[in-house]
Amino acid sequence: MFPLIVKRLAVGLLTVLAVSIIIFFGTKVLPGDAAQIRLGQAATAENIAAMRERLGLDQPMIVQYWTWLKNFVSGDLGVSLAADVPITDLISDRYKYTLIVSGLTALIGVPISLMLGILGAMFPGSIYDRVLTFISVSLVAAPEFFTATLLVLLFVFWLGMGNAVVVGSIEGKGFFELIKHFALPITTLCFVIASQLIRMSRAAVLNVMSSPYVEMAILKGVPRKRIIFRHALLNALGPIVNVVALNLAYLVTGVIVVEVYFGYPGLATLIVQGVQTRDFVLIQGLGMLFCLTYVILMLIADIAAFASNPRLRHPK
Amino acid sequence: MSEQTEHYVAPYDAGVSFDELPDSAPSGKFKFSFTGWLGVIVVAFWVLIALLGPFVAPYGENDLPFPDAYSEFQKPQPGAWLGTDDSDRDVLSRIMYGAGRTMGISFLATVLAYFVGVVLGIGAAVSSPKVDMVISRINDALLSLPSIMLGLVVVAAVGSSIPVLIVTAGLIYSSVIFRLSRALGMEIKVSDYVEAAQARGEGRWWIITKEIWPNARMPLITDFGLRLIYVILFISSLSFLGLGVQPPQADWGSMVRENLGALQYGESVFSVIAPALSIATLTVAINLIVDDVSAHSGGRLSNRL
Repeated sequence: MFPLIVKRLAVGLLTVLAVSIIIFFGTKVLPGDAAQIRLGQAATAENIAAMRERLGLDQPMIVQYWTWLKNFVSGDLGVSLAADVPITDLISDRYKYTLIVSGLTALIGVPISLMLGILGAMFPGSIYDRVLTFISVSLVAAPEFFTATLLVLLFVFWLGMGNAVVVGSIEGKGFFELIKHFALPITTLCFVIASQLIRMSRAAVLNVMSSPYVEMAILKGVPRKRIIFRHALLNALGPIVNVVALNLAYLVTGVIVVEVYFGYPGLATLIVQGVQTRDFVLIQGLGMLFCLTYVILMLIADIAAFASNPRLRHPK
Repeated sequence: MSEQTEHYVAPYDAGVSFDELPDSAPSGKFKFSFTGWLGVIVVAFWVLIALLGPFVAPYGENDLPFPDAYSEFQKPQPGAWLGTDDSDRDVLSRIMYGAGRTMGISFLATVLAYFVGVVLGIGAAVSSPKVDMVISRINDALLSLPSIMLGLVVVAAVGSSIPVLIVTAGLIYSSVIFRLSRALGMEIKVSDYVEAAQARGEGRWWIITKEIWPNARMPLITDFGLRLIYVILFISSLSFLGLGVQPPQADWGSMVRENLGALQYGESVFSVIAPALSIATLTVAINLIVDDVSAHSGGRLSNRL
């Protein structure tokens, strides 16, 4: 078990390295030069040369990459080309918003969806199960901004609650104002992860339910409730943790669209702006942050799978 | 090493579960259920619009239906049945123009993804363990990135145009297909009938075309539907972020973005609902078909319980 986790961590680390190479050299293809962008069109050749030297752009690519990576690890994400301030300053105002929204989504969305999914697996084929499956199958395939539009129509236009756009700071707002502030983005994201979670947790429990030892329990007359809670659920726990981590990783993608939709001042809107203004220092730094989060969640998902399934730990 | 590669649990693409794919062809008595037919009808409708849209649309995609009464977000009325958008263009016409663009880009990207993924995947499965490991590791690295993030980096680097979108989406999604077709190839390669074919001295090409492909076909075709959904969502999301199809060209994702103002000002919301609903009906309909096909073709025991 332990060596496997270490091995998986090593693979994770290698993945992060590969990711950093893709992001760094991918953004280096950008036309234009950081020194030129920083100084503007009016800069003289000498100024640009001096700036290039200061930014380390005259060094070989590999050296630049190494410096960038070292700085990233020590928490220095470089200086934004568009705004001319350190990226860490840009982020410090915004990361709270992204953390609050994704954290609350996980806190609210995960338990509810798991409950719904397990209930579906307890009564497969019932009306409840069919309706649930149909809704989650439909929602899985719908884009985030469709769900968001429906929610805005329902809450803002018909019920007259909430705000279609989230603006302003969260400082000094009361509890209920905060709820109103975050309600729509969080509800949208909950729907986004719920559809996947319900389907996958239902499948995970059903998968265990179809294994020979559960069949054995059915044949010797163990009551249904006991089979689910004593026999099936414990063994489905690993797959469920796996599913939860996978869907939280998916949140990384979902949060980008949702933040832009609601004009939410988080990290995702920042990176989209970075792409539009071709601020590749910003894209590099934030891209790494997003990918890192994603890779870590994937790692947790994999380790949960190992931990729960002895067959994965001892390959034939 | 190759032994371990096989058991290594690679990271998933968001929401991909290969367990849900069918493992054999549909039985002879296969018929679509009600929801399956619903899906077929809706998809057929959108394909028709995509092909004929520009010819039957009441206006050009950038024409103004009411040049004399210029105003944003006009309500639905005769002459503009879905109202007008942020630049007073006809929403209905733009939906019709956008259908072909959104669906065409996604379809071509998925076909490209399949071509690259299946060729490399089956190739890796039948080639030497070393080659297989190298390709698989590179693929795992790509797969462990959120696809939208890869898309953002590429668009930032080379700018956005329709060919760039097709190639980007195609390459990003080929990694999932690589994994699926490699796993299928591996599974089939060690099966008794392939061993039998090898024993009677068949060539590699014969084994691929006559033994592996017929058995890998069904899951791959069903997966094509699923993949198409993800590609449509990916392209639409990029367009929605302003990084996909560029204005003034109409595309469902970018239409949602352009008209978001209608929600903020409480104007006619049809300009936002129409494109969002178009994408949702299309993707949900494809999903209904995929679900129906996989439910009827050798689904797992758990689905039959």
